[in-house]
Amino acid sequence: MPEILNREDIHAFKDLVLSLSGQDVSHCIQCGKCSSGCPIAYEMEHLPSQILRLIQLNMQGRALASNTFWLCAVCQTCTVRCPESIDIAAIMDALRKICQQRGVQPGDPKIAKFNEIFLDSIKRNGRVYELGLVMKYNLATVQPFKDAALGPVMFRKGKLKMAPDKVQDPAPVREAFEKSKTFIASEKKD
Amino acid sequence: MEIGYFPGCSLHSTAQEFDLSVKAVCELLDIHLQEIPDWNCCGASAAHETSEELGFALPYLDLVKAENARISTVLSPCPACFSHLIETHEKVVGDPSMGERLTAITGGKSYQGGITNEHVLDFFINEVGIDSLKEKVKKPLEGLKVACYYGCLTRLPGVTMDSVELPMMMDEIVAALGAEPLEWTHKTECCGASLSITRTEIALRLGREILEAAQRAGADCVAVVCPLCQSNLDARQAGINKKYQTDFSLPIVYLTQLMGIALGAPKSKLGFDKHIVAPNVLTRY
Repeated sequence: MPEILNREDIHAFKDLVLSLSGQDVSHCIQCGKCSSGCPIAYEMEHLPSQILRLIQLNMQGRALASNTFWLCAVCQTCTVRCPESIDIAAIMDALRKICQQRGVQPGDPKIAKFNEIFLDSIKRNGRVYELGLVMKYNLATVQPFKDAALGPVMFRKGKLKMAPDKVQDPAPVREAFEKSKTFIASEKKD
Repeated sequence: MEIGYFPGCSLHSTAQEFDLSVKAVCELLDIHLQEIPDWNCCGASAAHETSEELGFALPYLDLVKAENARISTVLSPCPACFSHLIETHEKVVGDPSMGERLTAITGGKSYQGGITNEHVLDFFINEVGIDSLKEKVKKPLEGLKVACYYGCLTRLPGVTMDSVELPMMMDEIVAALGAEPLEWTHKTECCGASLSITRTEIALRLGREILEAAQRAGADCVAVVCPLCQSNLDARQAGINKKYQTDFSLPIVYLTQLMGIALGAPKSKLGFDKHIVAPNVLTRY
């Protein structure tokens, strides 16, 4: 059954997005400029402007299930072109975090997995270990031979290292990982 | 001149030629780079996409480390590192309670707000100056047609003096080196960033469009100032050729490598051996 407008609490989602991103979606006039400039729109289930419309209409389920904001590369073309000065890229960022907090299945599981492995690399080493990151990602997404031709070339050029580059004092980075909250805004409400 | 230096993870691995060439150019310009002691990763996109606090906490640690080392200005060649440092700086300066919270979750040392952050384009234009660069050119890059590719760099806070749709700062530097910056259509189009790993076909499609535009404009090479732009266009060029039956052979060089040649640095110090697409067009300089 299609998700319908929840008239009781029409502003709930819009307000949550506002509190997380500082961006008021009600200013969106649906001109479509963000969607026409987005380089990845062709792969998106919903155009950026459609995501904004779903937020305006409080259609949370449909918005959060979309792959749109996972595919967003944060190039900010939408943000710089919006005639209403809405930072649309910041809204995409907020939607990713809402998904994580609510445990919503990511609209693009591979991208979510990559972020997870990327952060794990920083947590372990204090710096990103590229070779380890790519190998782990390929295994986790069951594509062990992805870029099998490119890896040795990068390696020969000395662009990939065998061992991770580590910080000398890993304690502050680990502490940051352990104590960081997903949302600063939601913490204020508690 | 003394200046703090934040290389970041990429410049220690996939973008070593950026690191090498920034250092070689700074040496020729009498700029002493002081690396932030024991710097950590800025968190890239993954941190701020996952947790608002972590996205600020990791760059915060670097700002603290820089300040403790008595650094006042930090040069971050990687635009992602740069943007995360400057955004964190601005957040903390604008909201002291945020600074207190970040201090509490990162080991107790606080940041006083004393760091000025610079990216290569603003640094070379504002701190060194176009006229001064022109005077120091020993080998003008005459006849070299360069497509200056800014990627999304120009949208970053702190680089706002340039146009977001038609940036010119890199073009000005390239012209000062004696080369010919080209007018072309894809200066600020996205390279796909880390989609190159997660959704490779998207990065190949975007890369193809960018390379096609550069070739159409008659470019000998594409100049970049971002590790992801470089690797998505250089390391993926063979993949683009294979998928789209194209025959691109466009070298993707860092602006600082071009500066290095023009200012008279030995080529062996500029990391040209690291390129996948050999920059043969530069051998005549």
